[in-house]
Amino acid sequence: MASGERVVLVTGVSRDLGRRSARALAADPSVDRVIGVDVVPPRGDVGDVSFVRADIRNPVIAKVIAKENVDTVVHMSVISTPGSAGGRGTMKELNVIGTMQLLAACQKAPSVQHLVVKSTTTMYGASNRDPAMFTEDMEPRRGARSGYAKDVAEIEGYVRGFARRRPDVRVTTLRCANVIGPHVVSPLTSYFRLPVIPTVLGFDARLQFLHEQDLMDVLIHAVRHDLPGTFNIAGDGILMLSQALRRLKRPSVPMPGLAVGGLGSLLRSARLADFSPEQLSFLTYGRGVDTTRMREQLGFEPAFTTTEAFDDFAVGLTPTGGRVERALTAALDQLPPVPDDAPALHPVGDRRG
Amino acid sequence: MGDAEIIPIGTRGRPGRGQGSGRPSAASRSLAGGTRKTGPAKERPAARPADAEADPSADSPRPQPASTTEPPAAEVREVPAAARRRPPARTEERTPGSGIPARDWLAAFQSASRELFGDQWEPQLARFLAFLRRRVTGDYVVDEYGFDQEITERFFMTALRPIAQKWFRIEVRGIENIPSEGGALVVSNHSGTIPVDGLMTMVTIHDHTGRFLRPLGADLVFKSPVVSTLARKGGTTLACNEDAERLLRGGELVGVWPEGFKGIGKPYAERYKLQRFGRGGFVSAALRTQVPIIPLSVVGAEEIYPLVANLPSLARVLGLPYLPITPLFPWLGPLGMVPLPSKWLLEFGEPIRTDEYDAGAAEDPMLVFNVTDEVRETIQSTLYSLLVQRQSVFR
Repeated sequence: MASGERVVLVTGVSRDLGRRSARALAADPSVDRVIGVDVVPPRGDVGDVSFVRADIRNPVIAKVIAKENVDTVVHMSVISTPGSAGGRGTMKELNVIGTMQLLAACQKAPSVQHLVVKSTTTMYGASNRDPAMFTEDMEPRRGARSGYAKDVAEIEGYVRGFARRRPDVRVTTLRCANVIGPHVVSPLTSYFRLPVIPTVLGFDARLQFLHEQDLMDVLIHAVRHDLPGTFNIAGDGILMLSQALRRLKRPSVPMPGLAVGGLGSLLRSARLADFSPEQLSFLTYGRGVDTTRMREQLGFEPAFTTTEAFDDFAVGLTPTGGRVERALTAALDQLPPVPDDAPALHPVGDRRG
Repeated sequence: MGDAEIIPIGTRGRPGRGQGSGRPSAASRSLAGGTRKTGPAKERPAARPADAEADPSADSPRPQPASTTEPPAAEVREVPAAARRRPPARTEERTPGSGIPARDWLAAFQSASRELFGDQWEPQLARFLAFLRRRVTGDYVVDEYGFDQEITERFFMTALRPIAQKWFRIEVRGIENIPSEGGALVVSNHSGTIPVDGLMTMVTIHDHTGRFLRPLGADLVFKSPVVSTLARKGGTTLACNEDAERLLRGGELVGVWPEGFKGIGKPYAERYKLQRFGRGGFVSAALRTQVPIIPLSVVGAEEIYPLVANLPSLARVLGLPYLPITPLFPWLGPLGMVPLPSKWLLEFGEPIRTDEYDAGAAEDPMLVFNVTDEVRETIQSTLYSLLVQRQSVFR
């Protein structure tokens, strides 16, 4: 760490998570100055963050880094959906070319000592041949051919190349599970915000979530403690998709995988939700990542478990179902209270041969 | 009906249509219930009143005579003229339960609950409803492999137990070889066209030791809809080294069927001949995690669906490893999927220790092959001795 003042450059601050992370970093006492960079100005309040309007896709970014004497670069400008940016071509350019330019600029800047990249567990893919829990050393079973997952795989490749060329820079790659929370707008949260949720018939995906607050905390944690390496970041525990929908109290419609894909493209054109092929395979097979390294090497403990993070997201949504639950509650009110969850139940279940 | 009665349907031998007379045929006239028909139709209820009441379908084609006989006497007495004019049956009157008072419903419900849950029905029912509510609100825990212990214990095991005990009459030997805690790898032969033996092993081990067997399944299991959901809920995970080692390190009892599809899809003529044991990945997983290997020999599963032929080309089209033809399937349709009630014997062998080998043992292919062969030989010889002891296939 530089002995002088600590200057952090955050990319992708125009989006909500980037902006709030930058603000949280600026509020951290170990950081002296935070510079936010993006193509468009952030919508909300950036607090102490000084915003620089620059495109990471062109070499101007190198001048910013050199001029401001940046020592830590937090790269958050990896977008998962074209959304407002335009088409898939723009998205790929933003993700891949942007990262290349940023890393090229970092390589030229002697002041840069630490690079934090917010990656995603999407790079592991989702298929029926996946192990239950991915560790950081595992490769995806099927290499991503298109979309976000391929972008992320390429970005991580460039980051590894950068780490080889600048061995003095400590590179921290955080592979975050799906970020969820009341303010998060992502393909997955817009999926859960649908009033009636289509699911893939006969499959039940295993899901892991990371609360938005935990994402900011882990970024600050990574900036504060210089711990190089690649880490999976996710809340504890697993939530099945069916279980998540029950907790949301929203009705679901199981339909064959192909039909869900067709409906997805329909919803995409209506701008209601975005089903990319990798999103569909994620909702079919699910994914789990092992977070032992996060706990033991990074020393980070998420405040929210997967279930708590999801519940925090679900609180903000109005339930569109839940009739069965109300009927059961009404029936239970008529009966004497159960002492506890004693495992006596089924009249035939306790018999053992 | 002993006495033959001629029902006037048809043309009675004469050509009924296309004769140019312009009149409807005799058949259609008799069905339409014209003037000629009323005579015999009115006679019928009088001739055999018991038949007419017992067999309501006899009246249905002729609505007019039915309307005179069907309404109960009370209604006829009140407004006989209106009753004759209105249609014979009004479906809206037939909604079930409209005439049953709420008190009767409650009494019936209480007696049903008492029947189902015994004298302590109120707390039992409350507990059951609380369980239902917990499921409906998603307030339960699954482990990282998607294993849902509650559902497995309460539904899967409950459903499979009668099959294991009553249908296959499973006899267990050497159950003491399964450690009461800590990781262990159960290695079994595989047979029976459909992996019923895996399910039966799961329920047997759970009933005798209280432990859950965590089976390792092929990737086809996780590709098929419904099956993949049930398999994950029941504790199955993908047969790969990462998952096997993770489960064993976590102190779970893991079940593996190294013959795979070669084992369950082998023809009936080759029954009880062990197939090749794959690449021995299960042995290296056990060596790395230093857990004992427990050989399990299952006798009886070969006979549940005797596979007499296979349709490889159709199976390839459907993406299946094989498509079985058994003496009953597909000839009897769904009935052909009922397994034959063979008598099963399960023998757990002496645990084969792997903690005596040093750390790098899993990287020594020769050692891995030797241990694999040892396990295979043990299972094969136990199979032969069990077959000698077995009285017959079904007893």
